[in-house]
This record gives sequence, structure tokens and C-alpha cells, in this order.
Amino acid sequence: MLNAVARKSRRTRREILRPMNLQTDARKGAPGDGSVNKSELDSVVVRFAGDSGDGVQLLGAQFSQETALAGNSLATFPDFPAEIRAPTGTTYGVSAFQINFGSRLIKTAGDQPDVLVALNPAALMVNYKGLRKGGLVILDSGAFKEKDIKRAGFAIDPRLDGTLKEFRVLEIDISAQALEVAKPFGVSQKEALRTKNLWTLGLVSWMYDREMVSTMDYVTRKFAAEDTVRDANIAALKAGHAYGETHELAGDIAPVSMPSVKAEPGTYRLVSGAESLAWGLVAGAQLASLELVLASYPITPSSPILHILAKLKQFGITTFQAEDEIAACCAAIGASYGGKLGVTASSGPGIALKTEAIGLAISTELPLVIVNTQRGGPSTGLPTKTEQSDLYIAVWGRNADAPIPVIASSSPGDCFDVAIEAVRLATKYMTPVMILSDGYIANAAEPWLIPSMKDYKPFKVEFHTKTEDFHPFIRDPFTLARVWAVPGTPGLMHRIGGIEKDYNSGNISYDPANHQKMTDTRAAKIDNIANDIPEQTVALGEAKGKLAVVGWGSTFGPINRAVSNMRDQGLDVSHIHIRHIWPLPRNLGQLLKSYEKVLIAEMNNGQMVTLLKSQYLVDAKSLLKVSGQPLKIEEVSSAIRSLLGSN
Amino acid sequence: MNITVQPDKLTAKDFASDQEVRWCPGCGDYAILKAMHKSLADMGARPENTVFISGIGCSSRFPYYMATYGFHTIHGRAPAVATGLKLARPELDVWVVTGDGDALSIGGNHLFHALRRNVDLNILLFNNEIYGLTKGQASPTSRVGQRSPSTPMGSIDSPIEACTFALGCGARFIARGIDVQAKELDVLFKRAREHKGASFVEIIQNCIVYNDATFSAFTDKDVAADMQLHVKHGQPMLFGKERNKGLRLNTQTLKLEIVVIGQNGVEEKDILVHDETNRVLAGLLVALRPPSFPEVLGVIYCDPAPMSYEAAVKAQEAQAKLKGPGDLDKLMRTGNTWSVT
Repeated sequence: MLNAVARKSRRTRREILRPMNLQTDARKGAPGDGSVNKSELDSVVVRFAGDSGDGVQLLGAQFSQETALAGNSLATFPDFPAEIRAPTGTTYGVSAFQINFGSRLIKTAGDQPDVLVALNPAALMVNYKGLRKGGLVILDSGAFKEKDIKRAGFAIDPRLDGTLKEFRVLEIDISAQALEVAKPFGVSQKEALRTKNLWTLGLVSWMYDREMVSTMDYVTRKFAAEDTVRDANIAALKAGHAYGETHELAGDIAPVSMPSVKAEPGTYRLVSGAESLAWGLVAGAQLASLELVLASYPITPSSPILHILAKLKQFGITTFQAEDEIAACCAAIGASYGGKLGVTASSGPGIALKTEAIGLAISTELPLVIVNTQRGGPSTGLPTKTEQSDLYIAVWGRNADAPIPVIASSSPGDCFDVAIEAVRLATKYMTPVMILSDGYIANAAEPWLIPSMKDYKPFKVEFHTKTEDFHPFIRDPFTLARVWAVPGTPGLMHRIGGIEKDYNSGNISYDPANHQKMTDTRAAKIDNIANDIPEQTVALGEAKGKLAVVGWGSTFGPINRAVSNMRDQGLDVSHIHIRHIWPLPRNLGQLLKSYEKVLIAEMNNGQMVTLLKSQYLVDAKSLLKVSGQPLKIEEVSSAIRSLLGSN
Repeated sequence: MNITVQPDKLTAKDFASDQEVRWCPGCGDYAILKAMHKSLADMGARPENTVFISGIGCSSRFPYYMATYGFHTIHGRAPAVATGLKLARPELDVWVVTGDGDALSIGGNHLFHALRRNVDLNILLFNNEIYGLTKGQASPTSRVGQRSPSTPMGSIDSPIEACTFALGCGARFIARGIDVQAKELDVLFKRAREHKGASFVEIIQNCIVYNDATFSAFTDKDVAADMQLHVKHGQPMLFGKERNKGLRLNTQTLKLEIVVIGQNGVEEKDILVHDETNRVLAGLLVALRPPSFPEVLGVIYCDPAPMSYEAAVKAQEAQAKLKGPGDLDKLMRTGNTWSVT
């Protein structure tokens, strides 16, 4: 089934530059990222799936690391259940990891996998329908016993009844292979079988010509205390690779090489959204010359921010695992009151609990950074799945008139700059700021041009020390921010609280006119931030025309790729990506009016569209998706075609 | 920031803010406030290094009347805000002022965790057994049968005893006083402030409007001597007009009982001596309730831990810094990286 070039490549695979050879003949549908022209064949989407205890996330993460080190562009999508170890072999216990990588700029984790690695029948059941027609399925046949097949919900063995007829199938008894190689190291049967993720990684590393050094280093570190387990895993990794080489697999799948992507010069690494966000907070605190106090309560998918910062105490960071979400927010406020940068990080349900405390920070005008890694809701919803449905709670979700700035990050790497911007606004305007990330961004990884701190302009905070004519609500005439006078400063003793304060003294005031004035001032302070953020730009396309597709947050990738594809087809469409959700960029209303049609694509039931309609009376259309899965390129493309009447 | 000792002696007046006090006339809070102004002056506290943090309720207006730093936060959350402040600024002298509804109902969780973590806070719980600011509903310390707008047929909730709660949470300093006993409160405030770690002080406080005289069974002048036991470390637990009543441990029932010296062969040596470091004894003492027993007042329990919470946090941070300060550029370049030229 392979063309001549690929066949010849078995021994000289490094020279092969057309990575999609392995599916060339079978390719009928659109490739993984929905584009159609030839150059886009230089990418591939692989999805690993198995039981939640199979180590699929580790397999995916290590393959991503190897791929990044090979210089490819990539985007990943870890897709796992909320249960830590669901009963073995069940469909709800399936954990998956998708990676899209290539020799051109990759913007999404891919609409449709080209290759599915299924480590058990349940993994096949959950994932085979998403595979591209003609795609390759690699199965662990050792996991396809009668009871496993039934348990996954197949009436008949899917390998025999034509279920997989649209795909090419490669069966390998990975379980047996892994057992055989690992057992001699003296590990238990269970430990030996658990090396099958590393065996699989070895095989896939062979397929795509990946160096396995980083994985070996990782295994060596991870199992430093258990020599036998370490050696068994490394042996399994090497055995998987050798299996590809020695079993003449090229007859079924060709090993391929993928040239590295053209990228801006510099030092790169893989970064997840949680990492870059945590580091961005550290950077922001440094630029503000403040120490950071993070107070959080464990919640999926936000907890990694707490874990990362807990290890950075040498940066003058204090982390506090509070007794609940409310306490976390309150402790962060207490820290800000004391002259530190108070930060609290959570996800939807936790944010809901924090709202009263956020109101206190608004009323007392203290800086506070609130990180909201959004997940599916309402209530517990889908803890491990992504959604953008906390826009309302971010912008409007508090009692009374309580505006705060809201900023959304567009990708894992973008979280770094978003966090810095949040710290800047919080300290300059003495206000809580909410960062909207989401489960997809937090867990996904992408290659990242590592920033240098010297490229960032400091925004050092100055505490108030002047005792003359002091009261705690003296405001900067331009920013309207109140002074930050911290306990311990002689001569500035004062009382603040959630009760309305007199504009001219900061003392308690129930005066009607004063409440109007303070409410207006708090609103004006936040509105005024629109003059301190960049004007809205167009991410792709012209600043006017037939159609603008508007997005925010993690949908940047699929929207950008879809708009790019549709523009290649000659459609008059532009992409606008909103980072500053509140206040909105001051030119946004005007910009939106310069298009005949506006389409807002978001992973919720219509929140940004409501916001934009309320602000600009714009007649926007919606593309909405709330399935817990990222937006697909084809979904956006199809909406564009439909709006522009070009089906 | 270092707390600088300044020679000028401050007076009670220096700790009073310029704000008009807005509690009801006759409220027990006035007496507590006055006692605090004086105590702080006597202790040589500095207003700039002293912070009062409160939640919501009548008691929580306290910070407005102090010429120190003050933060009137939200209902029940003062211990959490105070914990954050203490983590940020361990050198500050942080007081939490709360009430029975604020601390034991909506804020029960925060009080619990501030106590078990042993954050160096001085927590004053004004217990009037009623919600005052919301106009008189039953509180978690209201007794069974308490009639109120929310319990017109009488409260059926079992009340919580504040000091028992604190002891159960792992508090290592527990004291109890009465709003109008300024001299005794002064001692408790000083002891609470000296104690490193969470100090819990319950102050029996009369709400003149919604729950007047609810403590009269032990606060009324004519019964006070017989119904109040002021405990002092190392001294026999004697009370009564004649100071001839005392507590004795019944080793058969493992309960405390009231005995009278000179009756049934009881001598002074039979009277239990107060040991404030004894947690078991503290458990027995906080369980004693009027009218069967006198109200136990004074420092009931004091057994400091080697380190308070924020001190332990700072110790870990100092240890992490031994390897030098963090370098973010370096951190981000640690691990697997690659270069593009």
C-alpha cells in the first residue's frame, strides 16, 4: 500500500521529507486540520487511547516532548476522565491524548486523528468514529479478549465484523511484547504489563523517527529509586522501537521523518498553560517588585498552578492551601491588604464560591488576581473537560455593580503574558482582575519561544507613605486608583471594609449621593482601563469586509486555521480575537461595524455574543459548542461557508 | 518590616479612633472596647503594627473604633483574611474580632482551620447567644428553647459551646472572660497577645436589646461569687462567697464535682489545682455549664506549640532560599529545550 519512495525509505528514512506517506494511498477525507492544499500534508494527528491506568497521558506527553525536540510544531489535547482509575476496560475509564504535529505551524490539536493507537477495546470504542477515513488503527491485540470486547460494548469483535473496514488496522500483541521484555528484570507481572505505554512509545517513536533520549532521561529520573522498574521500562521503550525496525512493519506503516518547522530564532521548550500561567504570575510579581502569595483550594483543572508555585518558594512566593475556596480568596485579599500580590486560582464552582470575597476586594479596592481555569458546567459539570462558559460570571457574576477587568488567554504559551498583564492592571488600578484560561489550555502543551525577563518593562508598585492629609481613598487623578497604604506604616492607620466609604475620607458612609459617586467612580476606574490596553487588531485578514469571525480564549487555533483555509479558497473573511474581555478594547465596536456579518464562535451557549450585542448592538451570529471538546476547524469552516453562501 | 520600639508611652485614648461608636446604649461591646484601648496602651503596642480584622455583626464593627489598622471583612471570613495577612506580614500583631454567629455559624470552617493550623492570631469571640445586627434570630450558641423571630416556638438546635469547639479544633490557648470585667479581660488580652499561635478568647457579652440578661445566672452581682470560677495556673480552683467551694475530680466517674471545704471531710488539698497546660483538664473545665456548675473564667488552657503556622511557613521558605534566590529566566530554561537559529 505504500508508494515507491516510502518503500525505499526503510533503511534511509531520515531522508524522507514527506511525512504523510504512510497514509497517502488511503487518504480520502480532509487531513487532520481541515485544510486541503498540498503543503498541509506536512502534518499528522495521532491519538493515543487506553485505560485510565495505562499511562496514556505519560505516553502522550513524552511523545510530545520528543516531537518538540525534533523541531516540529505541535499542539496537544490531553482528554481524560474525571475518575482517577475508573473500573478497568470500561468506556468511561478511557483516557486519551491527541497530538497534531508537523513541519508547518500547527494551530490546533487536529479535528480528526490520522492514527489511533488503542490499547484496549474500550479505547477503540470511544475513539474509532473520530478517526479519519483511511486512517490507521494500531491495536493491542493482547487486550482484545472476549470479556474486554463485551465490556467495551461491542456485540461482536470489531476486528471481525467490518466495524473497522474504513480504516487500516495494525494488530500487535503489545501486552505480550511488553511482558516478555520486562519480566526478566524481576518486576511483578503488574509492573511488567504497565510498561506497555513505554513499548508503544518506542514503536511510535520509530514510526516518526523521534529521538528517545528525553524519554530515557525522564524514566531514569522517575524511577530513580526503583532500578528494576526503571530498567524494565527502558527495555520496553527500546523493544517497541526495535519491533518497528525488525518486523518489517514498513509493509504496513512506513517510518517517516518530518523536517523541523521554520520558527523564530531563540530557545524553545514545551509549555503547558498551567506552567506558563504560573511563571507569568511570578514574572508579574517581579515586575511589580512584589512578593506573591497564592492561596488556593484543590480543584480540577486548576490545581497544577498551586503545585507549580508551591515549588518556587525561593522566588519569594508563599503558597497556601486553604480550607475552602472562600478562604483561599479571603487569604489572598488579606495578603494584598498586607502589601503582597494576592492571587487565588480556581475553576467554575470555586469561582462561584469566591464571588462575595471578590466583591470585598472591589469595595476595598485592593489588588487581587483571580485565575479561572474554566471547565464544563454547571455545578460539577465536566471537571476534566474544557468550556468557555464562565464569561458571564467573570464579567457580571457578582452581587451589585461590581466591575473588574477580565483577560483571556488564547493558548498555553499566551498565559505567560496574560498573567503579567493581569498583575499590571491589578496593581496599577487597585482592583481584582480575572484571568480566563480553560481546561484545554491548562493541560495542553505547545512549543514556546522562552521569553527573557529583560524584555519586559517593570511596573514597580509604590506604597503610600505620606502622612499629610492621608485617607485610604485618596485617588490618582488619572487612573482613579486609590493609594495602597499597608499595615506597619507609621501614621497611616486607617480602617477599610465592605461598607460603603465616604469619597473624601474613607470612613463609613450611608449618604445617598456618596454611594452614587462611589459606584460611578468604581465603574469609571475600570472603564478607563480601555485606554490602557491595546486597540483591537485583526488576527487574520482585513479590517473590513463581508465576515468577521470573532473568538476569545482557547478557540484561537481552530478559528485562525479555519479562516486561513477559507481565505485560501477566496472567501472574504477575517479573524478577530479578543483578549481583553472587560473592559473591551475601545475600537472594537467600530471595528465590528465595518463587516457586513459577524460570527462569534465560542464554547458556551452564547455568552460573548450577548456581551457584544449589549455593548454595540451588533447583529452577530453564533457558532456555539458545549460538548466539552475543543472547537474543530471544520466546524468553523462550515459556519463560514454557510454565512457566505459558498457551500 | 521591623517593629520599632519607640519610647513615647501611649495612652488608652491613643488607641481610640475618631469615629462615633454606634453600638446600642448599654451594649457590652463598649466595655470590651474600652478594655482593649487600655490594654494595648499598657502593653506598649504600636498602633501602626496592630491590625484588627473582623467579619460581620455587631462585634465586627470593633475595628472602626480602634486607631490601629483595621479591616471589616465579610461574614465569617475574618480568620481567613487574617491568615492571609499573617502569611504576608508575620511581624504584625493581628487580632480577629468576631461573634457567635460570625465565628461559629457562617465562619465555623475558617475558625476551625485558623485554630488547628495555629496561626498567630488573637481571636476574640464576643458571645451574646443571639444575632444582634440582623435583629434577634437564634444563633449557634443560643440555648434550646430560645424564642426569637426565627424560632417563635423556641429553638430546637443543640447549642455549640465555643471553648469546647476551640479545644476540639486543636486550639492551644483558650480563655474566657466577661464583657464588664475589665481587669480580668486585660489579663486575657495580654496573655493572648503573648501566646505564639492562635489564641482563642471567648467574651461573654450581653446584648441589651435582643438577649438581655441571658447570662444573669452567673453575671448578676448577687450570684457572681458562687457562679463564677476564676481559674489561675497553679492555684486551687476555689470559688464562692466564702471561697470554700471548689472542684474535685471524682476518680470513679472521671467527672468534676463541686465540693465544700469542711463538709464531708473535704480539705483544701482535695481541691483540684489548675494546670493550664493540661488538655484533659481543659476538656473537663470547658464542659462545665451553669447552672449546675459555675462559669469557668480565665486562661483555661495554654500549651504553646514549638512554632506557629506562619513561622513554620517562613521557615520552609527560608530553607528554600538557602540555595539562592530564584532566577526565572533560568527556571524557564530548565529541562528539555531546543534552539532555533
